[in-house]
Amino acid sequence: MKALREIESRFVPLPVENIDTDQIIPARFLKATTREGFGKNLFRDWRYVQDDEKQPVPTFVLNKPEYSGEILVAGKNFGCGSSREHAAWALQDYGFRAVVSSFFADIFKNNALNNGVLPVKVTDEFLSRIFSLPSNSIIKIDVDKQTITLLATGETAHFEINPYKKTCLLNGYDDIDYLINRKDSIEKYEAARTQETV
Amino acid sequence: MGATLFDKIWHQHIVEQVTDGPSVLYIDKHFIHEVTSPQAFQGIEQRGLSVFRPKQIVATADHNVPTLNQHLPIRDELSRLQVQQLIENCTRHGIELYGLGHPNQGIVHVIGPELGITQPGMTIVCGDSHTSTHGAFGTIAFGIGTSEVEMVFASQCLLQTKPRQMRINIEGELGAGVVAKDIILYIIAKISAGGATGYFVEYAGSAIRKLSMEARMTICNMSIEMGARGGLIAPDEITYTYMKGRPYAPAGDAWEKALNRWRQLYTDNDAVFDVELNINAADILPMITYGTNPGMGMAITDTIPAYESLTEEAEKQNLKKSLAYMGLEPGQSLLNMPVQHVFIGSCTNSRIEDLRLVADLVKNKQKHPDVQVLIVPGSQDVARQAKREGLDVIFAAAGFELRQAGCSACLGMNEDKVPAGEYCISTSNRNFEGRQGAGARTLLASPLTAAAAAITGKITDVRTLL
Repeated sequence: MKALREIESRFVPLPVENIDTDQIIPARFLKATTREGFGKNLFRDWRYVQDDEKQPVPTFVLNKPEYSGEILVAGKNFGCGSSREHAAWALQDYGFRAVVSSFFADIFKNNALNNGVLPVKVTDEFLSRIFSLPSNSIIKIDVDKQTITLLATGETAHFEINPYKKTCLLNGYDDIDYLINRKDSIEKYEAARTQETV
Repeated sequence: MGATLFDKIWHQHIVEQVTDGPSVLYIDKHFIHEVTSPQAFQGIEQRGLSVFRPKQIVATADHNVPTLNQHLPIRDELSRLQVQQLIENCTRHGIELYGLGHPNQGIVHVIGPELGITQPGMTIVCGDSHTSTHGAFGTIAFGIGTSEVEMVFASQCLLQTKPRQMRINIEGELGAGVVAKDIILYIIAKISAGGATGYFVEYAGSAIRKLSMEARMTICNMSIEMGARGGLIAPDEITYTYMKGRPYAPAGDAWEKALNRWRQLYTDNDAVFDVELNINAADILPMITYGTNPGMGMAITDTIPAYESLTEEAEKQNLKKSLAYMGLEPGQSLLNMPVQHVFIGSCTNSRIEDLRLVADLVKNKQKHPDVQVLIVPGSQDVARQAKREGLDVIFAAAGFELRQAGCSACLGMNEDKVPAGEYCISTSNRNFEGRQGAGARTLLASPLTAAAAAITGKITDVRTLL
């Protein structure tokens, strides 16, 4: 996994609540056997008329030229529904490195973190502030300081992140690196449990 | 202070605690399927690792498989490759596979319990959010992403932070025509699609204790639809009776020993939950959803909320967006609205009891000529049992199309899709936009309510047919 320390970027606003992973990446695109290439199908059914890439939906934010950047800002309960990690892969492949919302679904949050995409949870008020910003505004996210700052106004909010996950993000480690180094403890645990249950 | 059922299982599975971080949680059983496992196999192979505990993994092909002519090669090339890759990966890593054509094949959350693989007190994971189904046996069972599938391959463990805990007590008697699916749709409508995010939910109370194992599975299955990582129910005599004699269940002395362990699996009287919710079973009516998330549900006799009844602007916008997609109006009643499709299946409602409920209602009746009815058993075993009981004859006489086992039109990864703009009463778990096919309009309901619509061709209060 690539390390993630700081993002300074414009943002893409998607003020819709309960965006489920079927919207982020529809099931018909889950037939791939590698992690690459999902970005072109991100929000596929909101992005194109009748699945036709020649007919972009002009009102959908990814098709609006004035919006771009590495930060997606979405309504509450983002990533609910299916556990498909393809949703995190699609966001990352499209170029997003952080998603800002006032509430995240659990499995999506883990999947995002495991792929170096940072879920940033802010208050409903702060989220509304972001949605009211002009399209060329820059947002700065500092992983180490756990802050998100709207550079135009200087407003800053703190966000929570598990200290272990923060270390992983800052250094580009992942859970597998950690777990395979704990094999001895895992084997000891297994031996003790077998004794108990036989 | 006493421990909850969840606490007891959780603590038995902690290998160690990461300083200032999550716990290393040991996983007893890992189910895999063709869609969320290929990248995980690729991941461990790229790291030069082998699967740590292949004997604790069971695989099946369910998500993308056709429900017709399963003996022939899969026509869709990508699906065929994905299923082929699962076969190769399982062979290479020594994993038991109940693939297409195998008598044990079926939806992963149907075959685990049916084979007796799912047992009380276990930790169970699968790269599928409906893994919560297995909680019906008093297990900690939850869905994971593919990176986590890779972690379990590599170490048989996951790094997890202990979730908060909620208990939902349902007391009293259910009314006529009200089944497990209505209970869970009622709960989700009450607390919303995100209302249990961050929690593990224990379902308790006299109404739960009376339910069969299959009904309990329907309830635990949809825990994720209110955001909960999982749901569980303490095991009891109903659980043990269901399990005894199943192929993977312990037998002889081992059964008695297991029973002694399982009988310790309950929430202590003085245990404290972060949140408790009390529901009177008699308040629950047959339910149906009208929107594009499972929290947008109501009693079948109710009307869709009016915009004025909502206080927050965001809620109004959500309702507007959902109803525009669904082609419905605020304040509208759904009763007597024509539907074009009925889907009976999915890991929520495709077990033998679901099929029996439907068969009882449609026996000696015909489906409405304008409705297409697809009935997809959850496993090959369910299909065989249905045949033994003659349910296939009842369905054929009614004009229902009985297919072969798989996830089918629940997520439309195979050919079983609902055309754009058409309505489908579905016994599945998600009514998201495009879930059953691009533009498809899904109304979630119980197998009884679905069967009622199949006969009348319109949304019907099943109690009028009983």
